[in-house]
Amino acid sequence: MFDHFDALILARIQFAFTVSFHIIFPAFSIGLASYLAVLEGLHLWTKKPVYIELFDFWKTIFALAFGMGVVSGIVMSYQFGTNWSVFSDKAGPIVGPLMGYEVLSAFFLEAGFLGVMLFGRKRVGPGLHFFATLMVAFGTLMSATWILSVNSWMQTPAGFAMNEAGQFVPTDWWAVIFNPSFPYRFTHMVLAAYLTTALVVGAVGAYHLLRRTAPLRAGTMFSMAMGMISVVAPLQILAGDAHGLNTLEHQPVKVMAMEGHFDSHPNGAPLILFGIPNQEEKRVDYAVEVPKLSSLILKHDLNAPLNGLDTVPDELEPPVEIVFFSFRVMVALGFAMLGLGLWSLYCRFKGTLYSSDWLHRLAVVMGPAGFVAVLAGWITTEVGRQPYTVYGHLMTTQSLSPISAPAVASSLIAFIIVYFLVFGAGTFYILRLMGRLPRDAHGHLGQGPIRTTGFTPAPGLPDSPGGAHHHGNRGGARHGA
Amino acid sequence: MELDLPFIWAAIIAFAVLAYVVLDGFDLGVGILFPFFRHKRERDVMMNSVAPVWDGNETWLVLGGGGLLAVFPLAYATILPALYAPIIAMLLALIFRGVAFEYRWRTRRAERLWDWAFAGGSTVAALMQGIALGALVQGINVENRAYAGGWWDWLTPFSLLTGLAVLVGYALLGATWLVMRTTGDLADRARRIALITAVATVAAMGIVSLWTPFLKPEYLDRWFRYPTALFTVLVPLLVIGCFVILVNGLQQKHDTRPFLAALGLFVLAYAGIGISFYPYIVPTSVTIWEAAGPDESLLFLLIGAAVLIPAILAYTSYAYWVFRGKVDPEEGYH
Repeated sequence: MFDHFDALILARIQFAFTVSFHIIFPAFSIGLASYLAVLEGLHLWTKKPVYIELFDFWKTIFALAFGMGVVSGIVMSYQFGTNWSVFSDKAGPIVGPLMGYEVLSAFFLEAGFLGVMLFGRKRVGPGLHFFATLMVAFGTLMSATWILSVNSWMQTPAGFAMNEAGQFVPTDWWAVIFNPSFPYRFTHMVLAAYLTTALVVGAVGAYHLLRRTAPLRAGTMFSMAMGMISVVAPLQILAGDAHGLNTLEHQPVKVMAMEGHFDSHPNGAPLILFGIPNQEEKRVDYAVEVPKLSSLILKHDLNAPLNGLDTVPDELEPPVEIVFFSFRVMVALGFAMLGLGLWSLYCRFKGTLYSSDWLHRLAVVMGPAGFVAVLAGWITTEVGRQPYTVYGHLMTTQSLSPISAPAVASSLIAFIIVYFLVFGAGTFYILRLMGRLPRDAHGHLGQGPIRTTGFTPAPGLPDSPGGAHHHGNRGGARHGA
Repeated sequence: MELDLPFIWAAIIAFAVLAYVVLDGFDLGVGILFPFFRHKRERDVMMNSVAPVWDGNETWLVLGGGGLLAVFPLAYATILPALYAPIIAMLLALIFRGVAFEYRWRTRRAERLWDWAFAGGSTVAALMQGIALGALVQGINVENRAYAGGWWDWLTPFSLLTGLAVLVGYALLGATWLVMRTTGDLADRARRIALITAVATVAAMGIVSLWTPFLKPEYLDRWFRYPTALFTVLVPLLVIGCFVILVNGLQQKHDTRPFLAALGLFVLAYAGIGISFYPYIVPTSVTIWEAAGPDESLLFLLIGAAVLIPAILAYTSYAYWVFRGKVDPEEGYH
């Protein structure tokens, strides 16, 4: 099926495929590890059972997601060598030590304390167990720090020289690690991970609020998640804007592709809301534009001149369509998240946070939005870096291993089959676990944040749907377990 | 005093790979032995005995790969393309056995399926690691800083033999681990398997050792010339010593001694390979000094390694300490 592809495009497809699958799990587990630490901390502080019940519920899901992240991550750490050996030889002296620090300061920490966190609560006591949870959460953030430093260096390389073997050689590690785009990318990605997790937690909470079987547990997680989204979604839009301005400064060509600016605009560039970029004809078809708005956003001046792709040689342009569309998907979802956060705030002040079915339905629908936005954002920044692996210094075409197309094609097919099988099953198990929130075991309404009427899950209540009876009974039977 | 950074790093990476081999060796071994224990309760206990630590064990593999990229980028960039097929197969196998830990407990219908994923993944991963080792020992052809051999160079009778050797060796580690961590009938059967795999492991070590010197003149020279020839006498004696302790410990139903003796066998085999290799990192094309990155890179990561590796060893030991003793069959999964 890949007969007419060469090794380069196959290796690129393979990297895009494996890294896209991989990023889904860290994007979720970074936020979930922090959420677990918050839940356990709240339980230690308030002694309310609901927090430790939620901890146990999400812990199992975390274990599954984390396991999938680990195995898909090991693939990444070897793929640089199998498919991109020239890149590895040349950029290894810079990106290698950063990834080495990631292993030493993050992977071991997560792995070492994950066992205690999952299996050791009875053996080590609550204090040490909380410490283990904190270490796992801290490890996920350390990991994000180093790997985003690596990626940012490939986008905005700094602090290096070239040696006679053609290798990148570090001259200033501080400049390498804190390269120009790193603080922006790091902030943007960590906020994205928190938003992704909050959307998932919120969707699960909303789903169970709609099912009306465990209002205390579901309500608690829904309230926490919506609170998080209300705070983080606006911050993320600000962070994204700052990141965009940073990209304009260091990778202007990427911004031209994101904006769909084929032409230079000396007197203020329009913001293209939608259209279909046509890279061959160098124009955007069916464009819907707002005059001068792009200059206002990017330069904070309506009439500021903006260069277009006409200033860039064709062979140095990234694929415009992909970057243009993925950027719009990300931004649209970001504003949808802001909308969800604002609506939840409105309901919170009105006192209908736990009873507004339409808010809950929207939250369920928005559950996967974080993953889609994260993928769209990464596609924007990675495809926008093309045709380089190390921006401005090493072309993608010069990074490939001396491998033959059949070898890459067979491994690609194997990865596709195995990933869909294995991670498909894992996603199914996670969704099933998410659907099985045990019925509230401790008391009833009034002890928790719930103060609306009409969804006491007692049997025989007129507005309690038939399904709730069955679920209620099943949940009740599981109390002791 | 000038630090020989490539040499120090070669020692650190050698340590990381050894740590990986013995640590993931026993938990892969437990997976390899899954088909020999058919009852669900036995398999539950076997898996529980490694579940809290397997992730940390496998991290040493990431350190081996990541460390190679960081300090010996040329070795990383030539070894991995040369071993393309076995490495990819190993990665896919590790995916199956890694996810099986959690998946197995999340389904009743497909539990057997994930049992097979665990056993099959562990077996294929062990086999591929052994094949990769054999292919590396055979030597890798490098020209102009790139792999210059064919796609099937790794597949030879010698590499198949080392594949089988690692497979039975890991099974031995797994069996002695089960002897140490389990009770009753399960431990008794693990003891019998340990005895068989111990004989097979030592036999495989013997054949590989006799074969290796004739693969490359460098190896022959190394093994039969003073002063390294001293090891030629010493290593087999120590192997026999470990083997005696192992068998003796099994017969006397000692809990920990067989496992420690099996670890001893691995350390000796590893030292033997190291003696053949040195000073090459890609035998017999690239030495550790030729493969090393710039000193700035080596020094930068060494500072971190000097602080973090002792810390890792400390908290990893703590995690092992928390889960010490026999596995309680009633405890269940998390």
